[in-house]
Amino acid sequence: MQIELTINDKMVKWDVANDEFLADTLRSHGLLSVKKACDTSCCGLCTVWIDGKSMLSCSVLALRAHGKKITTIEGLPKEAEEFAQILSAEGAEQCGFCSPGFIMNVIAMKNELVNPSEEEIIHYLTGNLCRCTGYMGQLRAIKTYLGVA
Amino acid sequence: MFTILNLVQPDNLEEAYQILADKRNNTILGGCAFLKMGKKRINKGVDLANLKLSYIHEKDGFIEVGAMTSLRELETHPLLKEHYNGVLPQSVRHIIGVQFRNCVTVGASVYSKYGFSDLITALLSLDTEVELFKAGRMPLGDFLARPKERDILVRLWIKKTLRQATYLSFRNSASDYAVLNVAVSKLDNKWTIAVGARPSKAAIAVSASAMLSQQDPTLEKIEEVAQRASEELSFGTNTRGTATYRKALCKALVKRGIMEVLSCKSN
Repeated sequence: MQIELTINDKMVKWDVANDEFLADTLRSHGLLSVKKACDTSCCGLCTVWIDGKSMLSCSVLALRAHGKKITTIEGLPKEAEEFAQILSAEGAEQCGFCSPGFIMNVIAMKNELVNPSEEEIIHYLTGNLCRCTGYMGQLRAIKTYLGVA
Repeated sequence: MFTILNLVQPDNLEEAYQILADKRNNTILGGCAFLKMGKKRINKGVDLANLKLSYIHEKDGFIEVGAMTSLRELETHPLLKEHYNGVLPQSVRHIIGVQFRNCVTVGASVYSKYGFSDLITALLSLDTEVELFKAGRMPLGDFLARPKERDILVRLWIKKTLRQATYLSFRNSASDYAVLNVAVSKLDNKWTIAVGARPSKAAIAVSASAMLSQQDPTLEKIEEVAQRASEELSFGTNTRGTATYRKALCKALVKRGIMEVLSCKSN
């Protein structure tokens, strides 16, 4: 079936299979920031925005993206670079495999929460797993980024 | 991974039901997060996305929740934060992460009668009714007791009351499935104690609830009620915990739940 959707502000028409998930569709069209890791919807590496909401593209059928506005980190170069530099300065990037999904969710949190507390930050990002950093560096970076340090 | 041979997006519930009833391996699709982990071969996946079933609003003395409402909407909706001490938002907030809760739906969580469900336990402690397309409207407890049948969960109706409620769960790690979960509520002098993730589906501790409703609870009485709840319900063993462990947890969580409800401002 064919779907029409907006990817990072660009309209596209793609053919997708009935049981294809959006993460696979995006990756097959070169959006390789979208990572796949857990296959059980718990790691957050495949996080993209669908109509502005942070969602797991590994669990959304591509057909359901028809008519939607999808944003990946490739569509947010300025914001992503700003936060990535802070992450790097805090020694929180390590292997970087989880960074795209993590950054997408951090920016979503910034858009949704006003002056979040440390507890709210941790709660919002529970669905983003990182096997390298132990999260403390990331937490410092987020606080700096949000100006709540 | 599951397989979907055809995906249809019907324009009305009758059409959706006809497709569902047409073949045994036609299936209603919720958020798909759990379904995708199985190996089911689905002939027609029925997507309810066009039926405008994603909403939370007040109607006729009830809070109505559409089947396609996401758990995140349930968590953040002001109406549900304001009622029943926010027990529903509280019950879903530890389910994996925000992105996951933006994907999964209320309808699929309830219709599937998942034993591990946090939401069903909380709903069971309230005056919740389930509306099925064919079988109609019925109390959630009755729906859970019925054998699985092919129908479509359209919406939930939660009676608007001044019921005070709380939700507690015990998890081996944050965002994991609960080893056990408990919801306790009180309206006037009538108490309801619901226990889920036993690991079988949630159930009301009927005898303990009745015992607690009989007289003003003292600390001694609360201990007795918690003990009764842990004895009247059955518990099982899985990778997250043994039946014995769950039974002990039940007693502790029920006691804490009752204490929390008693400390609510309106009491």
